[in-house]
Amino acid sequence: MRRWLLLFALVPLVAVLPLPDYWIFQLNYIGLYALTSMGLVLLTGVSGLTSFGQAAFVGIGAYTTAWLTLNLGWSPWLTLWVGLGLTFISALVVGMITLRMSGHYLPLATIAWGLSLYYLMGNLDALGKYYGLLGLQSLSIGSFDIGQGRPFFVLTWLILLAAALCMSQLLDSRAGRAIRSLKNGTQMAEAMGINTFRYKVTAFVMAALLASVAGWLLAHFQRTVNPSAFGLKMGIEYLFMAVVGGVGYIWGAVVGAGLIKLMDDYLQVLLPKLIGTSGSYEVIVFGVVLVLVLKYMPDGLWSLVSRYMPRRDRKVDWADADHLPETHKPQRGELLLDVQDVRKQFGGLVAVNDIRFQIKAGEIVGLIGPNGAGKSTTFNLITGVLPLTSGAVKFRGDTISGLPSREILRKGMARTFQHVKMIPDMTVLENVAMGGYSRGHTGVLSGMLGTNRKEEQRLFKLAQQQLERIGIGHTMHEQAGNLAMGQQRLMEIARALCADPALLLLDEPAAGLRHKEKQGLADVLRQLQSEGVSILLVEHDMDLVMQVCDKLVVMEFGTLLLEGTPKEIQESPVVRAAYLGTEH
Amino acid sequence: MNFKKTLVTLAATVACSAALADINIGVSLALTGPGSGLGIPMQNQLKLFPKTIAGEKVNLIVLDDATDPGKGSANARRFVTEDKVDLIFGSCITAVAAAMTDIASEAGTVQIAGSPVGVPAGKDKWMFRLPQSNTVMGHAVVEHMKKQGVKTIGFLGYTDAYGEQWLKEITPMLDKAGIKIVATERFARTDTSVTPQALKINAANPDAVLVVASGSGAAMPQLGLAERGFKGKIYQTHAAATQDLMRVGGKTVEGTFVVSGPAVIAEQLPDSHPSKKVSVDFVTKYEALMGPKTRNQFAGHSYDFQVTMEKVLPVALKKAKPGTPEFRAAIRDALEGMGRTVFAHGVMNWTKEDHWGYTLETGVMLKVVDGQFAVER
Amino acid sequence: MDFSIASILMLDGFTNGAVYALLGLATVLVFTVTRVIFIPQGEFVAYGALTLAMLQAGKVPGTVWLLMILATVASLMECWSRWHHDHNLLSGIKAALRMWIPPMLIALLTWWSATQNFSMLIQALLSVAVVATFGPLVYRIAYQSLESATPLVLLIVSVGVHFAMTGFGLLVFGAEGFRNPSFLDQSWSFGPLTISGQVFIIFLIALIMILVLWLFFERTLFGKALRATAVNRTGARLMGISTHAAGQFTFLLAAGIGAVSGLLIGPTTTVFYDSGFLIGLKGFVAAVVAGLSSYPGALIGALFVGVVESFGSFWASAFKEVIVFTMILPVLLWRSIRSGHSDEEH
Repeated sequence: MRRWLLLFALVPLVAVLPLPDYWIFQLNYIGLYALTSMGLVLLTGVSGLTSFGQAAFVGIGAYTTAWLTLNLGWSPWLTLWVGLGLTFISALVVGMITLRMSGHYLPLATIAWGLSLYYLMGNLDALGKYYGLLGLQSLSIGSFDIGQGRPFFVLTWLILLAAALCMSQLLDSRAGRAIRSLKNGTQMAEAMGINTFRYKVTAFVMAALLASVAGWLLAHFQRTVNPSAFGLKMGIEYLFMAVVGGVGYIWGAVVGAGLIKLMDDYLQVLLPKLIGTSGSYEVIVFGVVLVLVLKYMPDGLWSLVSRYMPRRDRKVDWADADHLPETHKPQRGELLLDVQDVRKQFGGLVAVNDIRFQIKAGEIVGLIGPNGAGKSTTFNLITGVLPLTSGAVKFRGDTISGLPSREILRKGMARTFQHVKMIPDMTVLENVAMGGYSRGHTGVLSGMLGTNRKEEQRLFKLAQQQLERIGIGHTMHEQAGNLAMGQQRLMEIARALCADPALLLLDEPAAGLRHKEKQGLADVLRQLQSEGVSILLVEHDMDLVMQVCDKLVVMEFGTLLLEGTPKEIQESPVVRAAYLGTEH
Repeated sequence: MNFKKTLVTLAATVACSAALADINIGVSLALTGPGSGLGIPMQNQLKLFPKTIAGEKVNLIVLDDATDPGKGSANARRFVTEDKVDLIFGSCITAVAAAMTDIASEAGTVQIAGSPVGVPAGKDKWMFRLPQSNTVMGHAVVEHMKKQGVKTIGFLGYTDAYGEQWLKEITPMLDKAGIKIVATERFARTDTSVTPQALKINAANPDAVLVVASGSGAAMPQLGLAERGFKGKIYQTHAAATQDLMRVGGKTVEGTFVVSGPAVIAEQLPDSHPSKKVSVDFVTKYEALMGPKTRNQFAGHSYDFQVTMEKVLPVALKKAKPGTPEFRAAIRDALEGMGRTVFAHGVMNWTKEDHWGYTLETGVMLKVVDGQFAVER
Repeated sequence: MDFSIASILMLDGFTNGAVYALLGLATVLVFTVTRVIFIPQGEFVAYGALTLAMLQAGKVPGTVWLLMILATVASLMECWSRWHHDHNLLSGIKAALRMWIPPMLIALLTWWSATQNFSMLIQALLSVAVVATFGPLVYRIAYQSLESATPLVLLIVSVGVHFAMTGFGLLVFGAEGFRNPSFLDQSWSFGPLTISGQVFIIFLIALIMILVLWLFFERTLFGKALRATAVNRTGARLMGISTHAAGQFTFLLAAGIGAVSGLLIGPTTTVFYDSGFLIGLKGFVAAVVAGLSSYPGALIGALFVGVVESFGSFWASAFKEVIVFTMILPVLLWRSIRSGHSDEEH
């Protein structure tokens, strides 16, 4: 926190330095652009949603204040909120429509509506068409005119720093972890109980709101509002400010905006001196420099800086935190999971052929079979990742087939994945804390304002406990991507445990573990069983399976082959034949 | 050694302070982007701008505004804060020039706009326009239409400020002359086809079509209309009065009426025309630099800018030193007191009340005959 | 709106759509092999048309100079990287020469031919040759070292290349536009419709190229090898497919298609140095409607865009672009829902 206070204090300090007026003027522009780019960092860098349409939201903010101040004489301080309101509504509408699109449809959709809005704004009489709106007043507090110089610099950069602070705090909160999970695909996040669509829309709206504030500032800075500032070209420029600066870093936006603006300016002045004419040469050099920067620094400039910045471990301040309330575990022997004739067909291929089995509370059940038997598909059917073609799944009496995975989690079923899905640049502790998402309540607002300390402490305490329960508590502060694969799988188990499940589904937990680690895993599983957690596991390691499981379900080619105790399965000639490939 | 150093520094300082008396002119033109067809010829003409006027060195600081009002206003701000110019010339695009006006005006710096930019009343205290207004040019068009007995017209213009302004200014004049606009269509310079617009206009069957576009972009609408079998008269605006129209339009543009400032058909002006000598000087010098048949409206405005500077700067220099607010104010007074001045584009007469300057008789109606412009009698 | 007007508008829409389809194909092509969203595709269109226009006017097209500059830069880069890799200067020089000689030959040939007043067909072929050769050079210089970067970074690089190429276009071609004479001057009437020779050629060439591309990628081994590179680079390399060569060849094709498209629209449109961007964008729209993966889909998407544009221009010409780009949204939504939610993309 001290670092932030220093930054805030730096702003008025810079303002009173005897810098040339023109530098202040440039810094003002940089601040404005950085504000919009910061929204893109959140949207594109963190959430992975590429958008070319930020400039259109800048336009909404700018035109709102321009029209209201010119035609109705409202105070700009009021029009700011109107602009934010309008932006909120339009971003919500646009976001809810376009964010359902995946992959490459989203950036194209943003280009499409960005262009429509631009041409629309350029054709409306009320908005001055191509001339735009001229003659705006600059901001003022009472009789003090903020103007375009140093006071404006202070205002803009304080707003920018406040936005950066809020975003930084947001990204380190429960909601922030949810947003950070969006980039790696939605499967894992949904399995942790996160409503990914809601967070996508949230990130989109927040980016739009930042752009709107930037538009409001821009309007009163330039004192004219014209559609060309909100077109596709500007939208592209904001995106590459973010990318060149480092789209995954908050400060990347500031660095990128600064670099691009300065480069623009210096080319304008430098090239004519070198070559003698101005005009298209600047554009060419600009393009070439852009390509060069990306060739040698594809993660952006800030990634260089952050590499050399010291990484401090998180301060462990949650030792005295309360425990989160736990769910009521089922009685031993109660029917927990009832898989009733589930079937999954992909076109003509029957991947899962009317499988049925049951898990009673307190059991460890193993789902085994040769490769391609359909075990992971069955897993995905049970956990709501894939829709069933027919059949039903019941959990503790409730039908869960057809529910989305995040609701299945809340019923008490947590899972791990065959290919580890985690966020590599978050620490192990943070990854595991994500598992506790469903047990927390704080949202985006308290994340930004930092009023969520207590809940965060509880979540981190929970995460640390689960890590120690699994035996990898010492890796708490490591970056998850640095862990060996075996440890990553254990981390996934700890993460699943954070959700306080009644049934734990483990997809090949022993893959990549060494012999000693597998023993340790077996011990952990048995310990969990004694604490009332039931387990369904898919596994290839027969020693582990035979040691740990009370019951085995064998699949082959999508069909249920046999169900029984480990001893029965081991002695069955049918199973042997299936594994060794002989006819039966 | 030290003594020599001091002497050199002293000499340099003296030289600098003398150099501080340089006249700095900030020039903002659209050198890239959609408006580059206007800005580049103007920049070319400025290559012939004299290095000194009335014994003082004149520095032209030329910046590109890329047809973007935001960039234009940033250029203007740089001119007044960083370069501390005595005068701003720009921009050639109306929307950009409009964005620069307030900044220039607040800094007490004259802005000579290279485009017929309209601003709210009273805002052009410090801004003067070099080109004729669209009203002046439109006047010539409407008069010619009246003479030709045109009763209905179709409008086919650019979707930008130029197209917009023309429509706005010519509509009341057409109303007064009893000519009705039966179809209003728009197109963009880079459109791949204007067939739909041409269809719509043809269906309304007007006597004539007014095309509002610039340079080579003005040819496509005519080609589209010809494809649809349109047989009526076609009028073009002064931004299309260049050889590019014929180069791209070929035989299809024969017989088109193009309104223009006098500069473009210098040799064909009668000797009694006040601008004849100056126009001929302009086209001779410009085509010597850029090649035959390259003359156009916009370069002519740069030429007129030079004429203005050569007339006004000596007057202002008598009152104050360059680089001072008094000098800038003196420039404005000198412009307002310039009286009737012969430009390549006609006779300019800026007054305190009127910063547009040209009279309604300035527009010349031309006709495309055998791939050349000929003055319509 | 009567039948004759509607049919004329449909024809106009299809004509433009055919060109958008070619560009859509090129976009899909480049994306499927290299994962680059190639925004400067439109620039090749403008370069193609304008190069021919310059040759027609008896001048040396500026694209010749750019070709020579690019060839030199690319071969120097090639020399350096091969030298670095093989620790052998001779192999570096050999690689450099391999990269330098073909473009230089084409450039010099075109330079010489400018004053020879050849027939339009030969000039057209030269234009295509010059612009198509840009493709592999652009790939080598801007994209090859970034083969493993994310599509977002590649997209921004495309933006940089677009700026550079547009700026260069303005420099050598000037701000004014050009029209090329028609390849075929006849025209045929069908009731209210008049199909000019040029329109006929547009459809013919578009269909031929679509067919050829489809056959190439579906039926030939080389085509399949190119597709393999996009699916899994490492796997393709293990199979002996050079990802560098794949990328360069793809860009050669894309630039060639762009140049041909430029020749097709040259007679019916006034082409400016910056005409390419919006045309390329509409082609890109068509490609995305096709899911960036299907050629017939890109064709249909392009025709759709062309027709919407035509009718939109008729109904409200001032709002044409608004109509076109707003109409895309529901189509994209439908497409996205149909193609299902791929979890590995985001």
